[in-house]
Amino acid sequence: MTDPRWIGRSTQRAGGTARVTGAQRYIADLSLENALHVKLVSLDCAHARIRSIDTGAAEEVDGVRCIFTAADLPRPVPRFGPTYADRPVIADGETRFFGEPVAAVVAETEDAAELAASLVRVDAEELPAILSIDAALDPAAPLVQDPAIRREKRYAHTNILDEWHFGWGDAAHAEAACVIENDYTFPMVTHFAIEPHAFLAAPDANGVTVWSPIQHPFVLQRVVADSLGWPVAKVRIVAPDPGGGFGGKGWPKFEPLMAFLALRTGRPVRLVLTLEQTFQAARRTSARVHIRSGFDPEGRIVFQDINSDFMIGAYADVGPRVVSKASYAACGPYLTPHARVTARAVLSHTTPSTAFRGFGTPQASWAVESQLNEAAARLGLDRVEIRRRNLPAKGEAFIPNDTPSDGEWAQALAKAAEAIGWDRPLPAGRGRGVSFGLKSSSTASASFVLARLHHDGSASVLSGTSDMGQGARTVLAQIAAEELGMPPDRIAVVMGDTSVVPFDSSTSASRSTVFMGNALVKACRDIRRQLARMAAELLGAAEDAVSVEPGRVSVNGRELTYPELLKAYFGPPRGEVIGVGEERNRFIADHPLGGKPAFWELMCAAAEVEVDSETGMPQIHKIVLVSDIGKALNPAQVEAQDEGAAVMGIGHTLMEQLILDDHGRIRNLGSIDYRVPTVEDAALELHSILIENGDGPGPYGAKGAGEGGILAIAAAIGSAINQAAGISLRDLPLTPERIWEAILEKEVHAAL
Amino acid sequence: MKIPVTLRVNGLTHSLEVPAHHTLLDMLRGPLGLTGTKECCAEGECGACTVLLNGRAVNACLVLAPEADGAEVTTIEGLASEGRLDQLQSAFLEQGAVQCGFCIPGMIMAAKYLLAMNPHPTEAEIKVGLAGNLCRCGGYSRIVAAVTAASGREPSHD
Repeated sequence: MTDPRWIGRSTQRAGGTARVTGAQRYIADLSLENALHVKLVSLDCAHARIRSIDTGAAEEVDGVRCIFTAADLPRPVPRFGPTYADRPVIADGETRFFGEPVAAVVAETEDAAELAASLVRVDAEELPAILSIDAALDPAAPLVQDPAIRREKRYAHTNILDEWHFGWGDAAHAEAACVIENDYTFPMVTHFAIEPHAFLAAPDANGVTVWSPIQHPFVLQRVVADSLGWPVAKVRIVAPDPGGGFGGKGWPKFEPLMAFLALRTGRPVRLVLTLEQTFQAARRTSARVHIRSGFDPEGRIVFQDINSDFMIGAYADVGPRVVSKASYAACGPYLTPHARVTARAVLSHTTPSTAFRGFGTPQASWAVESQLNEAAARLGLDRVEIRRRNLPAKGEAFIPNDTPSDGEWAQALAKAAEAIGWDRPLPAGRGRGVSFGLKSSSTASASFVLARLHHDGSASVLSGTSDMGQGARTVLAQIAAEELGMPPDRIAVVMGDTSVVPFDSSTSASRSTVFMGNALVKACRDIRRQLARMAAELLGAAEDAVSVEPGRVSVNGRELTYPELLKAYFGPPRGEVIGVGEERNRFIADHPLGGKPAFWELMCAAAEVEVDSETGMPQIHKIVLVSDIGKALNPAQVEAQDEGAAVMGIGHTLMEQLILDDHGRIRNLGSIDYRVPTVEDAALELHSILIENGDGPGPYGAKGAGEGGILAIAAAIGSAINQAAGISLRDLPLTPERIWEAILEKEVHAAL
Repeated sequence: MKIPVTLRVNGLTHSLEVPAHHTLLDMLRGPLGLTGTKECCAEGECGACTVLLNGRAVNACLVLAPEADGAEVTTIEGLASEGRLDQLQSAFLEQGAVQCGFCIPGMIMAAKYLLAMNPHPTEAEIKVGLAGNLCRCGGYSRIVAAVTAASGREPSHD
């Protein structure tokens, strides 16, 4: 291929102008004519038995059209979920988490709905709530889910939703010179996309349309259809660009309920959640990782023996997949002769946990990477060096029989060390840390795309990918521009409507550039093949005498632009050329994850942090991020994703955690009490370095990006803080209070 | 109870009756149809609903609509004129500061006020000026760079 014109350029964001002028329509900005407003009614505790619901006073409110409860649903009450259909459309006789709706009020105005919602009287008996891993695993604990609906019958009479065992070699009996055993914890955190969740639904000529800022419209279509007992063709999902997703908008929440409300009232219905309700709708799973690691005297890993308990919520959502996928690759990017990983997804009376940027990997990485630092200290090794000694060479398998190392990982480590100034003397009160993060990318999945070359030489791309800020729209336009030889501003990228775009599995796992990107390259090349046939037919030439390049067709020395060819071929009635593309990763039934990862998403992060020993307050001076991404199709967008993910990682490392009271209520509900990083909490310097060796499976050698930046942040910052303060913290977040207490404890200990 | 309110928004005068408990944000996004101003936390912490009220940046979710009676309000829709973007809007695009975009209207309005008060802020001053505006997609550095670029000041690490 000749030098690319559009690939590798930081073209401006497609849709950028609408985003800086306020013209971009997010879901809450849409208004449907004649729409009714929905407010949800929930209880002031997590776990309760519902005795009765008195809607009398609420129904008296002017403008109320319907108060919907489980009694209005078919029996048995439809349950939904992406993998386990365990969540009722609305609470049926029992609530299992704080915020689970027991009734939905539908009224002519938002004010009327709100007033009526406050008048719904629920007679409920609060029941003991399971709010910790230990409480859930107590043999005497009440069961969060009814054994009758449990799929994993082995565990049906426990609060373990499922349990996984991965590994190779013999970690139980392997012996090592240096053995380190610790517990690490990772808190519950919430996505806090700046756009709270919002939903619309309306009956339509075919069935029902649901509007949702969903990342995976085709998953939602399937789930809504299943809830209604309808074929997917009768359910249309419209998914405007989400105002931030991060996994929190990946999987269905209140959309099945909204479909029922639209069908019940026969009118469009609208529900905009508050930020507080959004906190109650999705979160990252917390985790407790017990890990025993063995090293030889040179710091080489001998074994990793890992027991992880992930506290998922009251319903499975996609939690089990988070647990299994992260645990499968828990040992990180290292050669590990013996590995034994046991992971459990533990049910509790808490917000259903779901996908969250990194998909379980930050939890695992915090433990494994911190162990390497402890081993380095014990063996007198440098923390960069111990990592270098354990990395596989490119092409070397580090999980037996799976995708081998697919990048220059040692190069990433060297660049991170250099950029942070690893060998420079440390200023007083500061520490440095380095960490890898490695995430399994998409396994079995499929993307389909249509590319339409219009008669005037412009083009449309119809794709089921969602642009939630990562910039998929921009990158797809760049790919089509490259392949069809036209500027990206002549290309419309159409997304987010299942009645228009073809199937795509999901916008997750940093898969879109690779999967949808490859599909789009194929669709554009399909167009070029059709153009060759058309030119041959038009000019009476053999097809192999026609050469089709981006933007032009040559036949025996004669050159035509695409619009010239289309005009000559179709004549005045005009027409177009439709290219179809498809990219799939095979489902492998006996693979622990159902398929091999298409690529590894690898990040090496290094941090320099100062700790105020008087207050425990950390100040991050610098973070460097090195990602091995094959090829950056749009470097500025990749860097922006890495930087943003890193700052999100600062959140769970230093300040974010959902705190529950004894009733299972979230005590820090909302933006005042739940702190996410502001511009003043971000690193003073933040650099992203991209390694581009063109060795990815995606278009032009790309790998996926977008989650990498978050994977390695906790251990990099944690190690820097531990060094700066001379402490050893293993529980996130590393709040000033925890740091200060650890410093105090160290000083007391030293004085004894 | 409804209360009559007359105000100028982006140069146009509107007279309407609003429920006493509705906020300026409710009024802008509802009857005035100006959905460019976003709602997130509704408690004055995230900055997504930042607008200029008589030239000062405010969280529109914390101002009751009747309090805006007689006021001059500028929203994100009021910045571009005759299809030409404000220099902050252009700088946000050029610096790659926009990702999902949901925080951006509030962020730009906060920056607009900052530059009105302090036309050539240092990096530290920009951070103080934008500390009330949350972004969850980005690392903030591109937003700071955009405000620096729009101010015409050379980037620095002061």
